[in-house]
Amino acid sequence: MNLTLFIWRQKNPKDQGRFERYDAKDISPSISFLEMLDMVNEDMIKSGKEPFVFDSDCREGICGMCSLVINGVPHGPKEKTTVCQLHMRHFKDGEVIYIEPWRAKAFPLVKDLIVDRSALDRIIQAGGYISAHTGGVPDANTILIPKEDAETAMDAAECIGCGACVAACPNGSAMLFTAAKITHLSMLPQGKIEAVRRVCMMTEAMQKEGFGSCSNHYECEAACPKGIKVAFIARLNREFIKAKIKGIKKSLPEGPFSG
Amino acid sequence: MILNSNIPSGPTREKWDRRKEEMRLISPTNKKKFRIIVVGTGLAGASAAATLGELGYNIEAFCFQDSPRRGHSIAAQGGINAAKNYANDGDSIYRLFYDTIKGGDFRSREANVYRLAQLSNNIIDQCVAQGVPFARDYAGYLENRSFGGALVSRTFYARGQTGQQLLLGAYGALSRQIKAGTVRLYPRTEMLDIVLVNGEAKGIVVRDLVTGKIRSYAADAVCLCTGGYANIFYLSTNAIGSNVTAAFRAYKRGAYFANPCFTQIHPTCIPVIGEYQSKLTLMSESLRNDGRVWVPLRRGDNRHPSNIPEDERDYFLERKYPAYGNLAPRDIASRAAKEVCDEGRGIGPGGRGVYLDFSDSINRLGIEKIRERYGNLFEMYEKITGENAYEQPMRIYPAPHYTMGGLWVDYNLQSNIPGLFVLGEANFSDHGANRLGANALLQALADGYFIIPYTISDYLAGTEPGKVNIEHAEFRRAEEEVKAQIKRLLTIKGKKTVREFHRQLGQIMWDRVGMARSEKSLNEALSLIPELRAEFYENLLIPGAGEDLNQELERACRVADFLEFAELIAFDALHRRESCGAHFRIEYQTTDGEALRNDEEFCYVAAWEYKGNDKTPELHKEPLIFEAVKPTVRSYK
Repeated sequence: MNLTLFIWRQKNPKDQGRFERYDAKDISPSISFLEMLDMVNEDMIKSGKEPFVFDSDCREGICGMCSLVINGVPHGPKEKTTVCQLHMRHFKDGEVIYIEPWRAKAFPLVKDLIVDRSALDRIIQAGGYISAHTGGVPDANTILIPKEDAETAMDAAECIGCGACVAACPNGSAMLFTAAKITHLSMLPQGKIEAVRRVCMMTEAMQKEGFGSCSNHYECEAACPKGIKVAFIARLNREFIKAKIKGIKKSLPEGPFSG
Repeated sequence: MILNSNIPSGPTREKWDRRKEEMRLISPTNKKKFRIIVVGTGLAGASAAATLGELGYNIEAFCFQDSPRRGHSIAAQGGINAAKNYANDGDSIYRLFYDTIKGGDFRSREANVYRLAQLSNNIIDQCVAQGVPFARDYAGYLENRSFGGALVSRTFYARGQTGQQLLLGAYGALSRQIKAGTVRLYPRTEMLDIVLVNGEAKGIVVRDLVTGKIRSYAADAVCLCTGGYANIFYLSTNAIGSNVTAAFRAYKRGAYFANPCFTQIHPTCIPVIGEYQSKLTLMSESLRNDGRVWVPLRRGDNRHPSNIPEDERDYFLERKYPAYGNLAPRDIASRAAKEVCDEGRGIGPGGRGVYLDFSDSINRLGIEKIRERYGNLFEMYEKITGENAYEQPMRIYPAPHYTMGGLWVDYNLQSNIPGLFVLGEANFSDHGANRLGANALLQALADGYFIIPYTISDYLAGTEPGKVNIEHAEFRRAEEEVKAQIKRLLTIKGKKTVREFHRQLGQIMWDRVGMARSEKSLNEALSLIPELRAEFYENLLIPGAGEDLNQELERACRVADFLEFAELIAFDALHRRESCGAHFRIEYQTTDGEALRNDEEFCYVAAWEYKGNDKTPELHKEPLIFEAVKPTVRSYK
């Protein structure tokens, strides 16, 4: 198949950026989207042009590095599929494809299709963990965890941290990302001890980074390649309210929504 | 030079305790005076950086991706082994130790492996404490499953995404230390050289991958946690960015590289689809718990699998290895698959594939149970092939996956260069000539959480902190050399891309230094590789500039190192005139096609010393002495 691509080019954060058109010829339906981009880049290099840059690493849908908006949809048209897993058999001969980076205030653009998502790392650094010191912990079977809770925790822990949720959200909110981690840890007995601190610190970090608020569009769940559910956002909100109530009793530092 | 492995004296079971008792410590208040560099933030690097930071050291951690959570450890699927014996099926620390030594075909260091088995239990405890959501049974206890090379069910797992969850646990611990200020993280920063001052590792030279700037960082010790080199085959299960650069540059500065030819080919990966394929996708070994491997009995039988009756199928792993069946270790399973395809009985495009069939298990356990155990893996398979493995058998074929070889380290994980420690897949130590499934995650975390914190303090206690800074002449020299190499690559302005060279190299390696090596094939490789390398330096085309985000330049630097390192692999394979584990020389095989070891002549670690460009590397042998186990013929029948 032959395709017409419009790819976002931007030399650096200060450059205004523009779409540039590339023609992808003789693309086999069995190759992946990123492999198709590789081919286009190879042609560009050979004709003396500078190829466009985009993030990818594992190319099997688990590292969260690939981050392309394809025809307006983060990760492209296939549900629960990262762009690196997307194969060309889902496109038609002659199709026009617009390829853009994740666009969000909290994800400053670096170059072409690459953005800086370290804001997500900083949300995790604010509390997305259990503060267990290495060594000196009990036998793994000491604390029992109901199977359903372990399964829910695993569902939430499947978030790959790609940021598609942010890119899809009209408000540029990172609530789904933050909610996934908070849900994962709040389902486990080991995570309950720090639950109050965690939800306050992470939501505060989230706001500080410039992510927007959640107004229930649910574009995030639709775009998420791992099927993370907005129900987790409801759980985050519940944890937050619980924390605020407990927090008033324990005089925790002020957080968002504290008026 | 005689390699000193620094193994403690005493009975095997007591060696690690003895070492911990002997180690010199550094007081809590003094730890912050010491700076440690950690390169690579996968399982080994993140766990090491987090634990060392927790103890109070000053850590500077580097990764080439945009976040530590991208390390390719994240893609590990099937599980992590531990000797808990929760399954009550006869497991023990000794048995895990023995299975691993045997799985490595008696080419690993006993003391290291015993310690690995000992620490396995602590690791599971630590992961659970961090909130890793391992699979649980209905009573709330941890679940187990079986992996290749074991007759017990000792593998803990989180669906088919165990590596992801373990890495996120370590990443969480690392994040906590970054917040606490003990670890400073430099993402999108790649190490391009190591700096030695008076023969000790005292820092690194890096390239900022966004600005292209070359910078130096000084420290009191350096830990390389930079993973494996399976990408030398171009098509492997590794991530696109996985490379040998950090380890190889250390080798060129004097660190010995051990057993480079021990490269593991994993039996169950999705077969190659086409020429523009950029990598191969792993289908976890855990699938072989419930899947049965088979090919048609007859050559050229290309009926749809559902039309081939049972008596016309060859379940060749069950046939050849009745005791272990489909869970035969990787090297053996890979060779068996290659053998039946060479015989013309392979299935799928090009006849390079075998079936992994779940219909029996689906009939026995129900589709929901299979979905629960492996859900994401079946989805992954469908995304790539468009086929539904619940309804027709998966097509799989062997692919390069892991490298047992790596920088030589002693019992303290220190290389022959003082101050240089190597952890995880980047070192050679525990897996011998073949790694058992679910042991890689185990080794990386053992190294990072529980070994390096002890052994590095002993080294540091003998040094003066902060003695060296980046003003030292050695840093300047290393920076100039790095800049010169980059300039060299950028100014060639030939006609061929990095990818083309990498693909060609991969083909040479797969055809001649792959699963079935011979004197002829290895000598061919040894003449083709230098030719390709010479062409690289005459005909490489890299667009763009050095002081910019330039992915072609990044790849070129990595492939340049592969083009040199490939020769070392072939050379090592040529010198090792025996077959053991994953290293198979067709001249040395038993009458039924199994590996024929030569313990009399080759029971040692081959540690290679770089002697200069175009010079033959020098071999240092570390004899392997077995006290606790007796090397036997490695049979899984």
